[in-house]
Parts: sequence; structure tokens; C-alpha cells
Amino acid sequence: MGFFGQLFVMAVSAIFIQNFVLAKFLGLCPYLGVSKKLDSAFGMGMAVIFVMTVASAFTFLIDKYLLVANGLEYLRTLAFILTIAALVQFVEMVIQKNAPALYKSLGVYLPLITTNCAVLGVAILNVTPLPDGSTYNFLWATLNGFLSGVGFTFVLLAMAGIRERLELVDMPKSMRGFASGLILAGTMALAFYGFMGLKI
Amino acid sequence: MSFFKELTKGIIKENPTFVIVLGMCPTLATTTSVKNAIGMGIAATFVLICSNIMISLIKNITPDKIRIPVYVVVIAAFVSVVDMAMAAYIPDLHKNLGLFIPLIVVNCIILGRAEAFANKNNVLNSMADGIGMGLGFTLSLSVVATIRELLGNGTWLGMRILPQSYNPMLIAILAPGAFFTLGFLMAAINMLKEKR
Repeated sequence: MGFFGQLFVMAVSAIFIQNFVLAKFLGLCPYLGVSKKLDSAFGMGMAVIFVMTVASAFTFLIDKYLLVANGLEYLRTLAFILTIAALVQFVEMVIQKNAPALYKSLGVYLPLITTNCAVLGVAILNVTPLPDGSTYNFLWATLNGFLSGVGFTFVLLAMAGIRERLELVDMPKSMRGFASGLILAGTMALAFYGFMGLKI
Repeated sequence: MSFFKELTKGIIKENPTFVIVLGMCPTLATTTSVKNAIGMGIAATFVLICSNIMISLIKNITPDKIRIPVYVVVIAAFVSVVDMAMAAYIPDLHKNLGLFIPLIVVNCIILGRAEAFANKNNVLNSMADGIGMGLGFTLSLSVVATIRELLGNGTWLGMRILPQSYNPMLIAILAPGAFFTLGFLMAAINMLKEKR
């Protein structure tokens, strides 16, 4: 299988089959919290894709050349969360300085991403051996971060689209808010289960 | 007096999962069986108590501007302790919970209690708050897990409750079942709140 074949398999798997939100339960707080409006969902999604890609690259390098090289694997959790927090802060400053318009639309979501478990999750998954015992190299770890971010954004946007329409529906009061959001997520997860049958 | 108030408020009145709605990821991911739920709950409780005590102790020497990174480092240190201890003594449970042990670091409940309670209150009350919130979290995880394990497998904590002839609703222990269970539980709690 060539490079693009492998890329395609990884993309389908990250977006549909092993979706971060619906199959792995990562990043649920923003998924339920920031999915009331399509605009803000889009902003959050873009910020997450960006941070997940960059964080995957950085944490992979730190793990390989700093932690594993010195036998410090037990510091992984600590090192990763600090890297992510620093990275988010740095990205925020760069965007604020160079792209004020983008900062205005992403600004409020950036600090929230530090505690998005999808980011730390993908960083840890990238350095964990796969079921067949192999591990990702730098390029695939970064791509995995990017594609998982795309998968997250995909379901976030779908959810926001549905919830915008649900605003107009006459629902029992007790079902509003989180309750209906969760049941909606369950229905989506059920639909995504159909992709499990894909043989690639 | 206030010690007991702080201790009990987390269990029902300010339950972190159902009332404050924090820490959704572990609530959905680790409730496939009651055993996993209790394991996750105890691990999070331990981290919560330790980090609350620690943060309350250092609250006067922590510069206000960098307090969040300081909290994260404290929490991450205790999470690493739990991670390694579980890997050494209960490898089975550690394997089941997998990724979600290191992810306790970004569990909003723990950072939330550090910011909202431990950095304003004394050590004893912070400890009580940690114990109460931890128990509340464990309790709500167990409730969700009880429903899912009973429907999806016919068992509770590995013991068979429903008769052999019960045809398990497999969906309850799969991913969609987690969302449905929690969604309907939330709706039920909202309904109870309205009636009161």
C-alpha cells in the first residue's frame, strides 16, 4: 500500500470508524458545550484541529528525544500536559499579534483547549504501541493528530447543525439542554456504528 | 460543623456529574461495568483529595498569575502516582481503564475544585470537599454503570442478577448506550428538580 493508500485508510478510520467523540469518548465537554451555534462550533473545530496537529508533532518529539532517550517515560503525563498548555498559550499570543480577525473568532475557545481531553488523548495514543506492536513515526503521529481533529470537527459541526434546528422544536422542559444533547449524541454514535462494518 | 457540610454537599446537592455536569468523558467511557466505574471513581477521588490538600497548602505562596499551570503540575504529579500504582498492583483494571487514567489530569472536576474551592479554603475543609466530591463522582459513575451492566450483560459487579434466559441488550454496553443512559438519567433528574 502506497503513502496515499495508507493516508486514506487512516483518514476513514479516524473520522468515521474510530471517531474521537463517538467511539472513544474524548473531547465530550466541548462537543456538548460548544455545539449550540454553528459559527462557534466552526471556530472551536478549527482551533482544535490546529492545536491537535501541532501538539501531536511536539509531544512526539519530546517523548522520543527527551523522555524515552533518558528513561523518563513515567513523566509522560506531566510533560505532555505542560507542553500542551504552553503550546496553547503560545498559539494564542501568535494569533493575537498576527491575525487579530482570527483571534476575535477563536479567542475564547483557545484556553479551553488545554483541558480538552482529545488533545492529551491523541498525544498519548500516538506514543502508545498499536495492537500489532508497532508504533507511529513522526509523520504518521502528526497526521493522526490532524485527522483526529478533523473527525472531532466533523461531528461537532453535525451536532451543531442538528441542535440549531432543534431549538425550534417543542420539547418537554426536562429534556432540554444536556439531556437531549446526550440522546442526540447517542443516535449519532449509533449511526456511526454502521461504519464499523467497513473492511479496509 | 462546616467540615461535615463540605463533606456531604458533593454527594447529592452539588453532585459533580449530574448537577454541575463536569467530567463527562470518564462518565461515559468507563461505565461499561460497575467494577471499572468504581475503579475509575476511586482513582479520581484519590487524586482529588491529594490535589485539594496540596493546593490548599500552597495557596498563599502561589503567584496568582501562574496558578493554573501550578495546579496542573500538582494534579499531573498525583495522576502519575495513581497510574504507576495501579499498573503495579491491579494491572487488569489498569488495562481496562487504559487511556482514561492519565486523562484524569484534564478531568474538569479536579481542576474545577482546585480553582473554585481549594485555593480559597483551609486544608481540612478542602480535604472534606475532595472526599465528598470524589464520593459523589464515584456514586454517579456507579449508578450509570449499574444500569448499563444490568441491561447489557444481566449482571452487577460480575454477579448474575437477571435470569439466564434474559436476552442481553448489547447496545447498553456499547458506545451509543452510554449516551442514551446518561441522557435519560439527566432528563429524569431534571424532572425531579422541577417537581420539587
